[in-house]
Amino acid sequence: MADVLNFTTLSAVELQHHVEYLLARYVHCIDDDELERLPDFFTDDCVYQVIARENADRNLPLAAIYCASKGMLCDRITALRHANIYERHRYRHVVSSVLVTGITTSSAHVKSNYVVYRTRTNGVSELFNAGTYLDTIVVDGRLLFKEKRAIFDTNRIDTLLVTPI
Amino acid sequence: MAAIPADLAPTNTPTWPTSVDGCRVPFEVFTSPAYYAREQAAIFQGPVWCFVGLECELPTPGDFKSTFIGDTPVIVTRDADGGVNVLQNRCAHRGALVCREPRGNAKHLECVYHQWAYDLRGKLQSVPFRRGIRGNGGMPECFNLADHGLDALRVETLNGLVFASFSTTVEPLRDYLGSLVVQSIERLFNRPITVLGDQRQYVHGNWKLYAENTRDPYHASLLHLFHNTFGLYRSSQTGACKMDTSHRHTLLYAKAGTSDAKADSAVYKDSRSLNTAFTLQDPSLLAGRQEFDDGVTLVILSVFPNLVVQQIANTLAVRHIVPQGAGAFELVWTHFGYADDDADMQRIRLKQSNLIGPAGFVAMEDGEAVEIVQRAVLRATGKHSYIAMGGGRAEDAEHLVTESAIVGFWESYRTLLGIVALQS
Repeated sequence: MADVLNFTTLSAVELQHHVEYLLARYVHCIDDDELERLPDFFTDDCVYQVIARENADRNLPLAAIYCASKGMLCDRITALRHANIYERHRYRHVVSSVLVTGITTSSAHVKSNYVVYRTRTNGVSELFNAGTYLDTIVVDGRLLFKEKRAIFDTNRIDTLLVTPI
Repeated sequence: MAAIPADLAPTNTPTWPTSVDGCRVPFEVFTSPAYYAREQAAIFQGPVWCFVGLECELPTPGDFKSTFIGDTPVIVTRDADGGVNVLQNRCAHRGALVCREPRGNAKHLECVYHQWAYDLRGKLQSVPFRRGIRGNGGMPECFNLADHGLDALRVETLNGLVFASFSTTVEPLRDYLGSLVVQSIERLFNRPITVLGDQRQYVHGNWKLYAENTRDPYHASLLHLFHNTFGLYRSSQTGACKMDTSHRHTLLYAKAGTSDAKADSAVYKDSRSLNTAFTLQDPSLLAGRQEFDDGVTLVILSVFPNLVVQQIANTLAVRHIVPQGAGAFELVWTHFGYADDDADMQRIRLKQSNLIGPAGFVAMEDGEAVEIVQRAVLRATGKHSYIAMGGGRAEDAEHLVTESAIVGFWESYRTLLGIVALQS
C-alpha cells in the first residue's frame, strides 16, 4: 500500500481497514511484550502522551507519561527494561469503536476506545486502565502515529504505570 | 505494657522495644485496624496541622475542592470575601456527603438528600419545608439555622499551602512546622505558582510505609536505579537529612554533580544499581535550569502527617497522603510551576515530569516498595523492623547514608498515640 497511500482517495472501508490494522498491530506489540519495536510505530517528531482525563478536561498539560519525540519513547523502553523496578505483568488491550474523525491527504484523526487488563504474578487479571485514544496518523512509507494521546478515565493509577498504554 | 492505649489491646499488645543498636517497629502497626482507628483520632483529628490543598486551586470566590484529612471527607472553599475555609463534608441533618464533586464553583453547598443549603463558610442558609406545608410538618419552633452548620475546622495558610486542624489546642501553624519546614516552604513557594495537573496513585499498603519511605535517603539510590544511572541522585552526593526539633518533619536535600563518577563506581561496587552504560536517546528529558542559588537540586520535605513537598531537578510537586484503611492509601500528586514560567521553562517541567508520579522514572518504585512490605508483614505478629543505618537515633545527618529521620517519625507517632517504648 504504503508509498502512494492518499487518505482522501481511499474508500471509507479501506481507510477504516488501514487504521484498525495499525491499531491492532500496535496493541499486539505491547501485549506480546515486544516493546523494543514500539517506537517504530511513531514518527521521529511524535508526541505520545498518557494523560488523566481530569487533567485533559481542565486543559492542564500534565501527563503520566509524556514523550515529545521517538527518542523519549525509546528511553522509556530502555528505562523499564534496565532501570525501573516493578512486578512482572502483562497487558491485554481491547480496542473498539474506532472512528475516523477527520482526514487530509496525508493524515487521519482517529478516536477509539480502549481498556487494558493487567495480569500480575498472582494471576489475577484486573481492569487497569480505561480510556480513549486520540491519534493523528500519517503516511511515511507506512502508517505511523504522529500523535497518540491515551486519555484515561481511570484517574487513579493502581500501584504504578510503567508499560505504555 | 501499660503504656499501650486500651483500644489497642485486641492487637496482642505489640511491644516497642528500644535498644542502643537501633529502632524497632512492630509490624502490626502496618496491618492492625485498631492502630488505624487510633491514628485517625489521635493523629489526623489530633493536635496536628494537615495539608488539604493549594490556594491556587481555589482562585475565585465559590471555588471548592473536596478532599480528605486522614480518611475523613472535607471540603475546602473560597468564600465571597476571599477567605479559605475547610468544612467537614457531612450534612448536619442526616450525615450525607454535601459535596460530591472533586472540584468546582458554586454559590452555596447544597445536600442533595433534603436540599439543606449551606454558605461557603458552612453556615446553614435554608431548610426546605421548614414551616411545613399547609400547616403540616415543619421544623420545631426552637429550630435555629445557626445551630446546624457544617463543622468548620481551623485553617491556616503558609505561602499558598492550606492546612487545617480538628484540634482547638494545636499550636499556630508556623510553630507546628518549625523554622526548618517554614524556610523550606518559603524557598520553594517564593512566588505565585500554577498547577500543571494532578496524578492519583493507589498503593496497597499502609500510609506509614510511605511516611518512612519519604524520610529514607538510604533507599533512594538503591531502589530507584534511574536516579543512579543518570546521576540525578547518588548517596555520595553532598546532602543532608534534617529534622525539626520535634523530629516529626524531615528535610532531605542533595546537590547533583557533587559526586565523582569514578569514586562512585567504588562506592556502589556491592550493589546492582550503578550502571552508567546507558545514555538517553533524547537528553532533553533531563535538560533543565538551575533554579535556586543554593545549588540544591533535590528536596524531599516530609511534613507530618500527610504532606510531602518535593523538588527533583525542575519538577515541583506536593504529594498528599490519603489513608484508606490499614492496607491502602491514595497518593495525590499536584505538580506545579511558577506563574512567571516562560514557555521553555514549562516545556522543561513537563518533560521532567516523566521523573515523578505513578509512572515516574524515579518515583514509581515507591508504590512497589510499600506493597512488598505490606504483603510480607501481614502475619508478622511479634516481629519488628530494624532501622539502624546512620546510628538508629533521631539525629540530623550531614550526609545521606542514614535512616535517622524514620526514627524521628516513630518517636512522634508514639507520642501522639500515647505509646511508651520499652527499654531492653
